Amino acid sequence: MSREDYELVVGVEVHAELSTKTKIFCSCPTTFGAAPNTQTCPICMAMPGTLPVLNEKVVEYAVKAGLATNCTISQDSKNDRKNYFYPDLPKAYQISQYDKPLCKEGYVEIDTKEGKKKIGIERIHIEEDTGKLNHDDFSGGSLLDLNRAGVPLIETVSKPDMRSIEEVDSYLRKLKSIFEYIEVSDCKMQEASFRADVNVSVHKPGEPFGTRTEMKGMDSFRSIARAIEYEKNRQIDVIEEGGTVYQETLRWDDVSGKTFPMRDKEDAEDYRYFPEPDLVAIKLSEEYIENIKNNLPELPESRKQRYLEEYKLSEKDANIITSSKYLSELFEGSIKVCNNPKAVNNWIISDISRILNETEMDPIEIPFDCNQLGKLVILIDKGTISSSIGKKVLEELFENPRDPEEIIKEKGWIQISDEGAIKEVVTKILEANPQSIADFKAGKDRALGFLVGQAMKETKGKANPQMLNKMFLEELNK
Amino acid sequence: MNKITDLTVHELIEKLANKELTITEITQAYIDRINEKEKDVKAFITPLTDEALEKAKEIQAKVEAGELNGAFAGIPIGIKDNLCTKGVKTTCASKMLENFVSPYSATIVENIEKENIINLGKLNMDEFAMGSSTENSYFAKTRNPWNLNKVPGGSSGGSAAAVAANLVPWALGSDTGGSIRQPASLCGVVGLKPTYGLVSRFGLVAFASSLDQIGPITKDVKDAAMLLNLIAGHDEKDTTSVDVEKKDYVQALKNDVKGLKIAVPKEFFGEGINEEVKASLEKAIEKYKELGAEVEEVSLDIAKYALATYYIIACAEASSNLGRFDGIRYGYRAPEAKDLKEIFKKSRSEGFGPEVKRRIILGTYVLSSGYYDAYYKKAQQARTLVMKEFNKVFENYDVILTPTSPVTAFDIGSKSENPLEMYLADICTVSVNIAGLPGISIPCGVDSEGLPIGMQLIGNKFQEETILNAAYTYEQATNFRNTYKPEFKGGAN
Amino acid sequence: MQVSKEEILHIANLAMLDLNENEIEKYRENLNDILDFSETIKNAHTEDLDVTIGANEAKNIFRKDEVKKFEDTESLLQNAPSQAQNMFKIPKVIQ
Repeated sequence: MSREDYELVVGVEVHAELSTKTKIFCSCPTTFGAAPNTQTCPICMAMPGTLPVLNEKVVEYAVKAGLATNCTISQDSKNDRKNYFYPDLPKAYQISQYDKPLCKEGYVEIDTKEGKKKIGIERIHIEEDTGKLNHDDFSGGSLLDLNRAGVPLIETVSKPDMRSIEEVDSYLRKLKSIFEYIEVSDCKMQEASFRADVNVSVHKPGEPFGTRTEMKGMDSFRSIARAIEYEKNRQIDVIEEGGTVYQETLRWDDVSGKTFPMRDKEDAEDYRYFPEPDLVAIKLSEEYIENIKNNLPELPESRKQRYLEEYKLSEKDANIITSSKYLSELFEGSIKVCNNPKAVNNWIISDISRILNETEMDPIEIPFDCNQLGKLVILIDKGTISSSIGKKVLEELFENPRDPEEIIKEKGWIQISDEGAIKEVVTKILEANPQSIADFKAGKDRALGFLVGQAMKETKGKANPQMLNKMFLEELNK
Repeated sequence: MNKITDLTVHELIEKLANKELTITEITQAYIDRINEKEKDVKAFITPLTDEALEKAKEIQAKVEAGELNGAFAGIPIGIKDNLCTKGVKTTCASKMLENFVSPYSATIVENIEKENIINLGKLNMDEFAMGSSTENSYFAKTRNPWNLNKVPGGSSGGSAAAVAANLVPWALGSDTGGSIRQPASLCGVVGLKPTYGLVSRFGLVAFASSLDQIGPITKDVKDAAMLLNLIAGHDEKDTTSVDVEKKDYVQALKNDVKGLKIAVPKEFFGEGINEEVKASLEKAIEKYKELGAEVEEVSLDIAKYALATYYIIACAEASSNLGRFDGIRYGYRAPEAKDLKEIFKKSRSEGFGPEVKRRIILGTYVLSSGYYDAYYKKAQQARTLVMKEFNKVFENYDVILTPTSPVTAFDIGSKSENPLEMYLADICTVSVNIAGLPGISIPCGVDSEGLPIGMQLIGNKFQEETILNAAYTYEQATNFRNTYKPEFKGGAN
Repeated sequence: MQVSKEEILHIANLAMLDLNENEIEKYRENLNDILDFSETIKNAHTEDLDVTIGANEAKNIFRKDEVKKFEDTESLLQNAPSQAQNMFKIPKVIQ
């Protein structure tokens, strides 16, 4: 049998760090990148005798996330302890939720080649993040930093509904954009504030699902795609060779492009979940849930519909722009500045997207703002610069963002629109290219393009191309 | 005999107010007493006599300068060593925390410090509050002041022995299954376990989170009411602490039980209860009748499975609560541990004593996959049942009266080899924790060996006033303290 | 109900305890005794009863999302068995 005879089955558990000001069970700040152990207190360090107090925003954000993903919100919920030993888990238990998660039974809709598809969400629950182990180059040991311990997370568990890498990618991007839109998480993958445990199995269509393996803590779309591809083929090969796929936790190594088992087999997992006795029950009233529902911001799907109607964007462009809250905010903000939706759309879809892809940058990291992009469009519309200079300004905005007008002044990129100056260039180019004149006269229209190109080169792209065109035609037709 | 250290706290306060005594005189008297008796009793893990004297002088000066007032300023106290005290070692009587200094103080400790009460030292206990004899301390076995060959009870044995021996005027203990009441009973002093949620647990090193409560161990009932006044109240750092109306428990002491309805559950006087204990309790019941209370026998058939429920729930929670002692951030780290797993396993195996390990194993077992429903979940349901049964009694009665301990103080070493027998010492007290109710133990007589016998009064939730008044009225009518005194018999073995 | 040596070892491993042969046997006996005693709980009529998690029925006690920094962060490392660069030091962990 060949690999094509197998169907891929994927479910993912997404951990998103919530963008609350403080940790889930203590009042320490959650700012990323602080000096080690400076955002800690006796509670998140699990000093003896300390007790957790639940942050009200964590409950609110989780409910928001549940409502935005069509979940049922549990009115009767609680916290549980998940017990295991690891240095980054200071209490030796993680306060999580076991049998009564805050949100259950939802879905998100993704676009596939075959049309729209619902990916089921089994549950969304709240829990605390762990600390971080750093390698100590000096001694060869490990160093524990607990700044991240206790940062609030929501874990969104999908159903095993995805059948291709593309579907996994769309699902993750959709979920990420929803969380960004409702402002519960900044979803920065570089800071691991949006990361996924990916469960992969294969089976032959019509047969029961195969045994799944889990790859933990994946934090880039590219690695997720590569890892699924690798793991799918590995499992198929094991089965084809008559072997057995074991249910185990794997670690994806981006360098070698392979997965490796993560834990000793002898340490069978038994988390001994039990209700957290230090916290009281969470009982949400209908009014509480209703109130959050009524105040949900616009979600990507409805924003997309609005773009189709209001700005007449193509389905494909609207998808790209609304896939990220930051892109769509850049889009709308720039339009307010320049009043040219078509141009802004083009910039985002082509050049900006290309740069983001090339540099593996997340839209949230775009260093310039909508005023700067809007002004760039205005400068082109007014003819102050050409669109080819515009591309250079954009690159400059990514490098060192500032007012585009300042950039072009500083760089001397202002378009030459002075008739005398243009005339001078045209005369000079014509003199240097008699063959092109002859070609043009002989009916070869391409010669005009060549001459304009030469003139642009001469002026380092600054000459107004419309004026050049017009003046060359006048001269050639004399 | 040292007069000052014989006094109760309310008597000390009176004498301070009358200027019959000074703060430094009081502290000095206790230091002298500690220097004399501590070698026999071994109640302290970390005595703070020098620090206390400094503090006393400082407070005395401030009071004299009129910069400070407050009834409790300069009164000494002893604190069980599982309450976190910033800057002073908090060991939980464990090798694991032998050198641990907490970076913060328990809410209750802060409350006490705000009153300018002086910490005389951290008191001995069973390791991590697990035990009924204080023999499970890593540091020393505390002796019962009534007979130095006997245990003081536990786990707050250091607190009870220190109060009984007049080494401190009063003390704070913690009670998970009887750890305040049982040692109070065995040492002939007063011990109160408040309603679950009345006192903040923040800073109490957890044994079993859903059962633990901090409470007073005192010479008399009025002192218990006064100390409860200082520690009761909601704490935003402990979500299980309840926001109830602040009460004055001293005001509740009416010295009158006429019409009080007392239930005596016959199951608490059956098999396993020592005859002398029974006889003494029966006399106490007669006394209550004399005082005008209505006493009736009832059935409350929960003691047997309450004990099983208790050990399952307490050990399950403990197995999780004690996971943080992993040798990484604080506490004992096995010096020879080479890798991570060895740090975990060796540090915990060498840092915990046998009883702690036994309970961690039991707790891990009942939570582990395959046994959860049969033990842990069943125990949680049984817990509901225990609560229901208590509720039924409280529909018709104000107070439930039982022995505190089935036996009086036993010989050191006599039960330490048989854990189950030791667990049976808690048979009368654990159901109170299971149901989250308040309970007080007061002395009601002595046995033929001259060892104190304790009576337990159980109230409905947040009805501390009722049991305090019932205890006070009995105490005033009988006056145990003036009749019997610890004699420091035996010892040196 | 008899707990086997293997079960004790499994439980000890979950609880991160190293037990010697004597301890294994002792704890096995103790556990059997206590579990035997706990059989009484099976006679409790708990059909249809809810589980009780805490000893009170409070609900929804939350904290405002306001930063309160713990100032003395240095004291949080004062008990560390081993530390470097303001972090807790342990032997190398292969993740």
